[in-house]
Amino acid sequence: MLWEVDVHLRQNDAATQEIIAAANNLGLKIHTLHTATAWLIEGDMSLTEVQKLGACLFTDPVTEVCRVARAGDEELITKPPGSSEANNLILHVLPKPGVTDPAAESAKEAMSLLGIRATAVRSVKKYWLPADCITPKQAEETAWKLLASEAIHEVVIGALELTKLSGGDAWKLDRKQVPLNGLSDSDLEELSRRQCLALTANELHAVRDHFNTLDRDPFEIELETIAQTWSEHCCHKTLGSPIDHSGPDGDFCYDNLLKETVFASTEVVRKQLGEDDWCVSVFRDNSGVVRFDGDHDICVKVETHNHPSAIEPYGGAATGLGGVIRDVLGTGHGAKPLANLDVFCVAPLDTPPATIPPGIIPPKRLLHGIVGGVRDYGNRMGIPTIAGAVAFHPGYLGNPLVFCGTVGLMPRDSANGRVEPGDLVVTAGGRTGRDGIHGATFSSIELSSESESKSGGSVQIGHAIHEKTLTDFVLAASEENLFNAITDCGAGGLSSAVGEMGAELGANVDLEKVPLKYDGLSATEAWISEAQERMVLAVAPSQWPRLAEIAQQEGVEATTIGTFTGNGQLVLRWNGELVGELNCHFLHEGRPRQRLQSLFKPPQNTPPRWSLQNTTFETVLLELLQSEDIASKEWIIRQYDHEVQGKSVLKPLLGPMGGPADATVIRGVLGRPRGILIGIGLRHHLGPIQPYEMAVGGIVEAIANCVASGADPEQIALLDNFCWGDCRRPESLGTLVEACRGCYEAAVALRAPFVSGKDSLNNVFTWKDDAGITQEQSIPPTLLATAIGQINDVSLCVSSDFKKSSNRIAVIGISTTELGGSQLSVIRRVTGGDVPKVNFDECQKVFRSIHRLNQQQLLASCHDLSDGGLGVALAEMAIGSGLGATVDLAKIPLHDLTEITKHDDLMSLLRVAFTESTGRFLIEVHEDDTTAVESTLGNIPWSWIGHVTNDNVLTICCGKGSIVSQTSVPTLANTWRKQSNSQTSGTN
Amino acid sequence: MLAPRALILRGPGTNCDEETAHAFERAGGHTKRVHVQALAQSPSLLDDFQIFCIPGGFSYGDDIASGRILALELTQRLGDALHRFHERGGLILGICNGFQVLLQTGLLLPDWDTGQRSVTLAQNTSGRFVDCWVHLQAKPGNCVFLQGLDHFELPVAHAEGRFTTSDEASLEKLEAGGQFVLQYAQTGDGQQTNPNGSIRNIAGMCDTTGRIFGLMPHPERFVEATQHPAWSGRLDPQADGAGLTFFRNALRVIGKDVG
Repeated sequence: MLWEVDVHLRQNDAATQEIIAAANNLGLKIHTLHTATAWLIEGDMSLTEVQKLGACLFTDPVTEVCRVARAGDEELITKPPGSSEANNLILHVLPKPGVTDPAAESAKEAMSLLGIRATAVRSVKKYWLPADCITPKQAEETAWKLLASEAIHEVVIGALELTKLSGGDAWKLDRKQVPLNGLSDSDLEELSRRQCLALTANELHAVRDHFNTLDRDPFEIELETIAQTWSEHCCHKTLGSPIDHSGPDGDFCYDNLLKETVFASTEVVRKQLGEDDWCVSVFRDNSGVVRFDGDHDICVKVETHNHPSAIEPYGGAATGLGGVIRDVLGTGHGAKPLANLDVFCVAPLDTPPATIPPGIIPPKRLLHGIVGGVRDYGNRMGIPTIAGAVAFHPGYLGNPLVFCGTVGLMPRDSANGRVEPGDLVVTAGGRTGRDGIHGATFSSIELSSESESKSGGSVQIGHAIHEKTLTDFVLAASEENLFNAITDCGAGGLSSAVGEMGAELGANVDLEKVPLKYDGLSATEAWISEAQERMVLAVAPSQWPRLAEIAQQEGVEATTIGTFTGNGQLVLRWNGELVGELNCHFLHEGRPRQRLQSLFKPPQNTPPRWSLQNTTFETVLLELLQSEDIASKEWIIRQYDHEVQGKSVLKPLLGPMGGPADATVIRGVLGRPRGILIGIGLRHHLGPIQPYEMAVGGIVEAIANCVASGADPEQIALLDNFCWGDCRRPESLGTLVEACRGCYEAAVALRAPFVSGKDSLNNVFTWKDDAGITQEQSIPPTLLATAIGQINDVSLCVSSDFKKSSNRIAVIGISTTELGGSQLSVIRRVTGGDVPKVNFDECQKVFRSIHRLNQQQLLASCHDLSDGGLGVALAEMAIGSGLGATVDLAKIPLHDLTEITKHDDLMSLLRVAFTESTGRFLIEVHEDDTTAVESTLGNIPWSWIGHVTNDNVLTICCGKGSIVSQTSVPTLANTWRKQSNSQTSGTN
Repeated sequence: MLAPRALILRGPGTNCDEETAHAFERAGGHTKRVHVQALAQSPSLLDDFQIFCIPGGFSYGDDIASGRILALELTQRLGDALHRFHERGGLILGICNGFQVLLQTGLLLPDWDTGQRSVTLAQNTSGRFVDCWVHLQAKPGNCVFLQGLDHFELPVAHAEGRFTTSDEASLEKLEAGGQFVLQYAQTGDGQQTNPNGSIRNIAGMCDTTGRIFGLMPHPERFVEATQHPAWSGRLDPQADGAGLTFFRNALRVIGKDVG
């Protein structure tokens, strides 16, 4: 029997009002909308029982009413309760069969509390629209735009004609072989494309040759396993390649780009540190591990989840965060997640709809979806999402970037997991379904306007509470030392997780034992599915009974599916029958490497043309404060629970009025003083101009964030995340090589080792324009640098908001006045011009000086200068506190202009105020500390430039008595918050 | 004298259990975090405790509605045990999701075992989750947790915290019973900080005995100064936060009884 419980709100909620507004924005004229949540319940139960479910489980008597009937019953369709509309059109949105439906899963479990058992439950959203306002066709189109995602939903207009929910029969053994002999290169490429393998002809040659030595063709499951293992997503195919590079600084040959740049810098730094080396495990495990305190190490990872988020923003971003949390959970013998960060790169929110190619979700809807995904997953996990950024550039239209990171805490010296022969292969967590098949290879393929329909199966939906219980289970088991190694099931699913864990030993796996969400999955599907919230553990047989007991206590399903053997073969069986067998050495070392050509020619530097008509200093400052990159992200920050776990010390919004923070800071352990700082550097506007300076500038910015808030510059760990376009092209690869060189130079010079990283290449979007011509768009080369700092005692952390009037303000570090790629150039749409170059020596001296001032508690506030330079930093310090300041631009130490004397030369003033030259800070100092600060700073370039005032006005002068601009702090604050405030109303 | 003990309930999706335990411990108590399944299997575990706390989080994902499934679980499997616990003088505290749960168990209502529930915590007026700091005004009455508190700040973090009732009469009855002991208040410069549209700015309520208390704000997130967003340069980083008083009060009352 299939029952339906409809739950109606007594009064329309905000979401319903937003849908009406959004629909009317699309040109419809809808004055009313009625919504309900319906629960389809399949099971052998009576009407009375279903009524009991309706009353006791599904309905809040204060705000809701419920109706119960057999599914599809006329009374559930025609007229919703309380509606005066006689003639309604009804629309259903429901998850596609097989797509995770977390609420329905929880509902099914909860029914047993009332002694009622269902065989299946599915949740459905129902919408009643006045039939005279909208045609069925319009309704369906609107549903796809506002209510549903093609990747995961079905939309049904009119009655739902369903008689049962469960379905699918058990898979019958069917071993498909895939002949490769006799196929031409183009046949092989076609095969790769058709099967979504993302393997090149050259790689398929290697597969063919290997299987020829075995005298047979590969089975489908073997080919899939190889495709997952060799995917860009899993093995740094491009970054690990031999490369011949030609650039302005000369020609370089690399045998392995990543090893010789990013990894190499870490080796150099660790060698210099010698016995004081505080790195523990770098570029080896699921996250990078460094020393923290006497009892703990910390680990950190930042991942990208770009392609899934482009297609299904909510689900893609949520599972991106879920994945990186599992990376931390799957490090060493398990780490406890302490904090999350998220960085999004999207096209400007006001991108005109007419210029958006087909298949692309408009940036505003996309960003709201992504934010919602991170919010719902992170908040449910109880991990504060405490750091982040949003960066805008038109190049991200087809390929938005979604970075998610997690910091974790683990017992000291527990970093190295080691699988032993004879260990059981144990899966724990969610069940396996068809969701997310081909995610690893999909993320290695470029997106196109048809991706949404073609790759829907690649998008997973997260179930955060499964991950939360899984986390509770893993940490409890870790405490009792019940497993030898652990990894998460991410891209490539079991094939990748078991494959990696058994890379040396080999494993026997009985695939019919993999717990399935529903029948019908083939052995291959069970093996490569990327269903979420699963971990794989290597467990000694003697530990298994206790582990199983803990799993049961925590309500987590744990199952043994095989054994790690020691014979170096990966053997896959289904009910005892062999379905695939791969040699581990071939699987992990057999990929042919291809020498790549790389070329970098800096774009021609045309002299910038500035037009300053009708412009004043003040208008520029206000324009910058409301520009997308700089403007307040409060609407996002406040949707994240950034305070859960109680450890936050510097939050993303600080001071009595909530100004922006530099680094955010958490305690490692409640009640203990030692803290962890998170800094983020992203100079995406420099990417297309000078990728080397983009990398270097981002790294310096991330470190500067941490130093400003109190971190010791001698103990900062870095993470790299490269997101690039099509690196098969020498010109694209050239910018990647330049950025890698920058990473090496910066890390070595600033003694900040990289500990982990990830790359996402092929961020290219193709579509056919109106004339039928294929167009493509590539993202700007983008390196996200994340810095993880540490501080002995969080009570020494310093926030960026001004503290007290009459305190003195100084700028530390020398200013150069290039504006290429600056926010000022961006808002004024000026191209060309030189990019500021980092002077590592100066930078390091400045970092150390700031740290000394911090240690002596001489800083009332401190802010690093980044987007929008000194002018914006000053405004932000005022916004956080509500206090004003008076500052003299003529006192700023300049590198290339000895002084500005002409206060009427607006361009010079703008240069000085808004240059983004790196490694500079503004500090606020109590008058009494003047001498102490002067003697600590010594001979690095710095200068007093003004003081804090209690008049609520930011006054900028140039030379004595000449006022350049005067703006009230509330005006600055309102301007900075304008965009954020507009995002809090309406999502479409 | 026995050390006062608090049982911190945890279950699928609970996520403020550790910092809540830390808050009780900072205030001088002993705590144990107990899984709801373990407690349901042996309700007598409660006998060792004087305080029962349902901390914040997203119990069972807040699927169907916030706190719904955990509330059903408590009423179906632990209802009698909790009433006995309360009758023998035990304190019950529900924070955020714990408040949502408590309200749906009926434990906070004068006529919890009769008729239909008339109060609820509905979706915020904004329709969104919000994490921000609010000003609060306590009217402690007999509520043991709030004794000595007046005007103070705490953070909130929720999407469903709008207190509302199905009719004016229920509202008046609870008001007359002195059960609305905590309200959102104005900042120093007169701005109202009600974050969710709660009727009469209600942020928390207690039962008629004053020993069961539920609130949306998070006292465990302000037990030390460095948890405040404007502490740097303004507050002594070693100082206690206002939230610590909740836990001290509870322990003091229990300490007296036990002693």
